[in-house]
Amino acid sequence: MLKSAVIGAVVVFLVGAAAYGAFYIAPDEKTMHVLYRIFYFHAAAAWAGMTAFFVCFVANLLYVWRRDEKYDAVAISSAEVGLAFITVVLITGPIWAKPAWGIYWTWDARLTSTFVLWLLYISYLLLRTLIEESDRRALLSALFGIFAFIDVPIVFGAIRWWRTQHPAPVIMGGPGSGLDPTMRKVFFFSVLAMHVLMAFLIAERYRLEKLRTDLELVRREAEAT
Amino acid sequence: MSLLANTSALLGKELRTEFRSRELLTTTIVFILIVLVLFSFAFNPTSDESRQFASGLLWLALLFASSLMLQPCFLREQNNDTLSALRLSVSDPFAIFLAKLAANTLFLLLAELLLLPLFAVMYNVPVVPVLHWLLLVFFLASLGISIAGTALSAISAQARMRELLLPLLLLPLLTPILVVSAEVTRSLLDREPFVRWKGIGFIGVFDVVFLTALWLFGEYLLEE
Repeated sequence: MLKSAVIGAVVVFLVGAAAYGAFYIAPDEKTMHVLYRIFYFHAAAAWAGMTAFFVCFVANLLYVWRRDEKYDAVAISSAEVGLAFITVVLITGPIWAKPAWGIYWTWDARLTSTFVLWLLYISYLLLRTLIEESDRRALLSALFGIFAFIDVPIVFGAIRWWRTQHPAPVIMGGPGSGLDPTMRKVFFFSVLAMHVLMAFLIAERYRLEKLRTDLELVRREAEAT
Repeated sequence: MSLLANTSALLGKELRTEFRSRELLTTTIVFILIVLVLFSFAFNPTSDESRQFASGLLWLALLFASSLMLQPCFLREQNNDTLSALRLSVSDPFAIFLAKLAANTLFLLLAELLLLPLFAVMYNVPVVPVLHWLLLVFFLASLGISIAGTALSAISAQARMRELLLPLLLLPLLTPILVVSAEVTRSLLDREPFVRWKGIGFIGVFDVVFLTALWLFGEYLLEE
């Protein structure tokens, strides 16, 4: 308990420091001025959410392979946390888009595929609630998770090539792209803070899932005697 | 070779079951017809507009219809308790999937072919000059829908609320098929039709990726 409280305090400090960096250290942007500062939160949350879904995918594969309950617990934890981060992205996006582009939403590749990604993981969580037996739930949802994750790059490609206001990738987007050095430092610090927050949330959610299965076990034993 | 022999035997069984009652085909065709008519009420298409959005409507209708049509695919086996027998009868469970997805592709294609003339008349789009290209798109997209749909219907058949669940799982997964097929069809129905090879290739890639995934993970979908 003390351990998670200490780690929690560190996470809060890191996220706070990232917010300080975003508001006070990073310089203003040329065209959007102060408006762009939501970027440190928006893009960092997107990266963290994607990482969480990747963790979920790996856990799904491991479950199918090893059939160990703990991988299922990791999968559900990271799917829920990833969904929370992507929800943040989908909310901060329009908040930023309205003043920057003049509209809340546009059906561009990254917005739309993020939205489809969000829907896929909502379906994943929904599927889990609809299968009673725990082994079957773990296996079938793992398989759906695998199919869903494979689908993500295809969705992105489809929408990118056939439906094209989102800026071209700023980071790792080829020549001409790139951030001011201070911006870059603050951004990667935000990414780090968001990842630590994500890892912390997954660990806490994992602990909860473990407690839940333990409780279920104890209850079943009590009923049997 | 046993995979091919098993698949063709099972495909024969699927086709026999369907053509005895023709339930699936009839309901799918009527469903698509209703959706197409309802769309025309919702949008009041003129000839120029319909060139623009008719292909999208067609694919939306096909996608909805397929999410209904794929429902009984594994549910039927479940209800009749024939799934274990099926599994015991083949050496590789992939044969079950191959047979079912081949049958589903065939049913979807048949429904599309029967509805295409009606669609062309109702929405006033010329389909005859580009018929062979349309058929290619129909085939590849129906194959993709059937691959993903067969896999997911094996999942949804084992859950509660299965009738509602399959569309929820399947439709977001099929967004690439909808986007690309609609675009390719739109350019085929244009005043100056042209073939989007990149799109056709893309649907092919979708098919290959999901077929590979089904081949790798299919057997786990049927575990008891």
